[in-house]
Amino acid sequence: MADARSDIFARIREALKVKAPKPHFKAEGTTGQPVKVGKPWLPDGGETTDASLAILAEQLAKLKAVLVRVPDEAAAARAVAELAATKRWQKVAYHGDPLVRTVAQALPCAAWEADASFEKQQLEGCDAGLTSCESIVAQLGSILVSSASSGGRALSILPHVHVVVARVDQVVPDLAAALEQVRGRHGDRMPSMLSFITGPSRTGDIERILVLGAHGPKELYLLLVG
Amino acid sequence: MSDAKSTFLKDAAVNAADGDQRAFIRKALGGYYLNRDLQKARFRDWERARDAASLAKWTAVNDLANQLERFTTNFERNGGVVHWARDAAEARAIILKIAADANAKAIVKSKCMTSEEIHLNDALEKAGYGVVESDLGEFIQQLRGEAPYHFVFPCMHVKREAISELFTKHLGTAPTDSPEELTMIARRHLRQLYVDADIGITGANFLVAETGQISITENEGNARLTAALPRIHIALSGIEKVVNNLDDLAVLLPMLATAGAGQPMTCYNTLYSGPRKKGECDGPEEFHLVLLDNARTQLLADPEQRDALHCIRCGACLNVCPIFKNIGGLAYGTTYQGPIGSVITPHLRGLKQWNHLSGASSLCGACTDACPVRIDLHHHLLHNRRNAAKAAPTWFDRLFHGGFDFVIRRPRLFAFGGKVFRATLPVLQKLPLPYLRAWMKTRDLPKAPAKSFRDQWKESRHG
Amino acid sequence: MRVSLFVPCFVDQLTPQVGVATVKVLERLGHQVEFRAEQTCCGQPSFNSGQWDVARRGAIRALEVFRGAEVVVGPSGSCVAMIKKFYPELLKDTPHAAAAADLAGRTFEFAEFLVNKLGVTDVGATFAKKVTFHDGCHALRELRLKEEPRRLLRAVKGLELIETEEAESCCGFGGLFSAKFPMISTAMVQVKGGALARTGADYVVSSDPSCLLQIGGWLSREGKPILPLHLAEVLAHEA
Repeated sequence: MADARSDIFARIREALKVKAPKPHFKAEGTTGQPVKVGKPWLPDGGETTDASLAILAEQLAKLKAVLVRVPDEAAAARAVAELAATKRWQKVAYHGDPLVRTVAQALPCAAWEADASFEKQQLEGCDAGLTSCESIVAQLGSILVSSASSGGRALSILPHVHVVVARVDQVVPDLAAALEQVRGRHGDRMPSMLSFITGPSRTGDIERILVLGAHGPKELYLLLVG
Repeated sequence: MSDAKSTFLKDAAVNAADGDQRAFIRKALGGYYLNRDLQKARFRDWERARDAASLAKWTAVNDLANQLERFTTNFERNGGVVHWARDAAEARAIILKIAADANAKAIVKSKCMTSEEIHLNDALEKAGYGVVESDLGEFIQQLRGEAPYHFVFPCMHVKREAISELFTKHLGTAPTDSPEELTMIARRHLRQLYVDADIGITGANFLVAETGQISITENEGNARLTAALPRIHIALSGIEKVVNNLDDLAVLLPMLATAGAGQPMTCYNTLYSGPRKKGECDGPEEFHLVLLDNARTQLLADPEQRDALHCIRCGACLNVCPIFKNIGGLAYGTTYQGPIGSVITPHLRGLKQWNHLSGASSLCGACTDACPVRIDLHHHLLHNRRNAAKAAPTWFDRLFHGGFDFVIRRPRLFAFGGKVFRATLPVLQKLPLPYLRAWMKTRDLPKAPAKSFRDQWKESRHG
Repeated sequence: MRVSLFVPCFVDQLTPQVGVATVKVLERLGHQVEFRAEQTCCGQPSFNSGQWDVARRGAIRALEVFRGAEVVVGPSGSCVAMIKKFYPELLKDTPHAAAAADLAGRTFEFAEFLVNKLGVTDVGATFAKKVTFHDGCHALRELRLKEEPRRLLRAVKGLELIETEEAESCCGFGGLFSAKFPMISTAMVQVKGGALARTGADYVVSSDPSCLLQIGGWLSREGKPILPLHLAEVLAHEA
């Protein structure tokens, strides 16, 4: 008996011998087209930086994520320190990106760089995770983190609060641009995880009523420097 | 009549008569309609976006062999292991073997309809593993011992009081009527389970051929945790989930979120390529992907309905379906409920047993209009009806439609039959005639006119 | 224009006043109306039941019946959709494919004919009542007619058009579906009929007589104070 793989491929090839007519739609710029071909039918991500930032602010507000614009690193550090004090955080885990590290050093509580191997239980006990990101998608209010840019897979999802520190030039207009950037940056050596985070964790499973913080962070902060 | 059909008729009748439950479902969907329309309005051209999404899936499905080959080559290059399963039994055996080899004890799962399709939890529990569903809705359904009601909103039919009772019974928590508090109970309960689990099992929404990544869409973060903390990650996916390029996700991810849940994007859309890489501080040591056929290739072999494999499981067709809203998801008796389930279940599990689902539709077409990838859903119900009638015609249909055929080809007989029908209608309504009695049970018929239109026309024009 | 009337079989037998009203409106607008008495049923009950061979014979017969007609107009979104959309599907890859496409191009639903083909919205009707409009699914989703009947109703003198919250929801008729799955069909008409009754309108108007059969049948059984009326009957009404 042939193995399952060969069998399934044989079934597929046999099935596709009869062609299905191609739908005659007008949309171009999908499969087979270079990313740069615009997708002007999707939600707008803004043509200029200012337009993108305005859309981003609006989207994040709707998502109940908190956007904090700060002029420089020092201001970012002050803002996070203030947050930690107000929220009475005991312990914060952070990713060892230079910008994040600068910010973390100003924390008034215990701060732990979680980039080396660690015990899961240790991270579970943290109040907040502090990470950088790959990019920010204005169109949808999404923050793209990766196992490279956020200190692995768990740091941006396990602690109750997620704080992202990024520079304003990391904002891209739309999802297509973010994906193109990722491909250019990592090529065929992609980080093992890339995650578009769009607002704090949520569920509507009980009577379709929105509740934040289902399993992931209840609160999401984006500090945008510059 | 098939067993599946008689159960369906019984359950559908009970649920359709439950006005309270129907009102509850309609109310639950009210917020969805509002948000969906708000998000759709943000698309600069929703119809063009549907074209693009449809084309992306058409291109992949109609080149499935090549794209799957390309995907698996890249997936393996990233360090993942691909397993092939012709049917449900093979898929279960593969997963059981991975668990046995790993000496696993505890397994945490995130939402995966394909695992419902192959009845994975039963098999794992029978083999002695502790299995916990981590999606809140799936967790509640697991505690209830009930299949998902809706493949995106698994427990949308359960009232908060029932969930509170359920948690009190199984988790020993104090009663509450707050959805927020109930969610937090589940959150606290499940956190330690992620940490302790040896294996995390997820589904996959898209398999990206270009990069060998799998894409997982969710809102709660439970899939993220399931794929981050346990030592082994197993993803289970149908072979039809392939898309050619990473760029296709720029269309498909927002469409899925908007059509399915009325969101711009769901909270977490995550691409995985391989297990923990060198230099990464966490993540699983092993990453397995089980690719399942389970009769999908039979659907693929039907070019007329091949587009049903474009389905991205957003659930939009259920949310607008008057049948779904009135009989509820459990009455279908299928893994996939609603219009898409009625279309594909006869292909996946047998036309003879499941064609009644295609019959149980007024063919209103709301589903087809809602589908973000333009599956011709309600016309496929017609195609299933045609295929079933051809494969196994019933004596009743032969008699009924044979007689109908005979009459409509003879205008004079038609006119005469009409006259007799009108004259005897008051009597006919009292007789136990098939169809007519079913109609008369809840509805009146207009009083039969003395003269038909053709009689009146003849008199007025030539009289 | 010479209009060949297409009268659905149950309109012929159960609600002939709809056919009479259609003729009245068309003649008032100065058109010549003919009725070819060899027509019977479009074959949709068999088509929807999967009996495509029966439906195909019905379709081929209809091609004969309406051969040479300049335009064919029917007061039913559902039956017109059968001719316009499903005859071509039934007859594709047969010698009748071209004739089916030709007939589809010459066939119009009543409101579609008035508004899109003739460019008329005011047909000189008066009807001083409150009405709400029910979109039949075939008219709405197979023929994409949404605004056409509303434009006609808005032009009727004295008429007040009230939209209902469930205007686009299916009434649950679905042909034989209503009798094969009566419990589901009834649940659907409860939703529909309930919303219609809440509008406070005097009449529920539709361009689909089959929906009106279902809706009217339920409203009558439940004793609701709102009556079914076909669009053609409203447009035929004069002061």
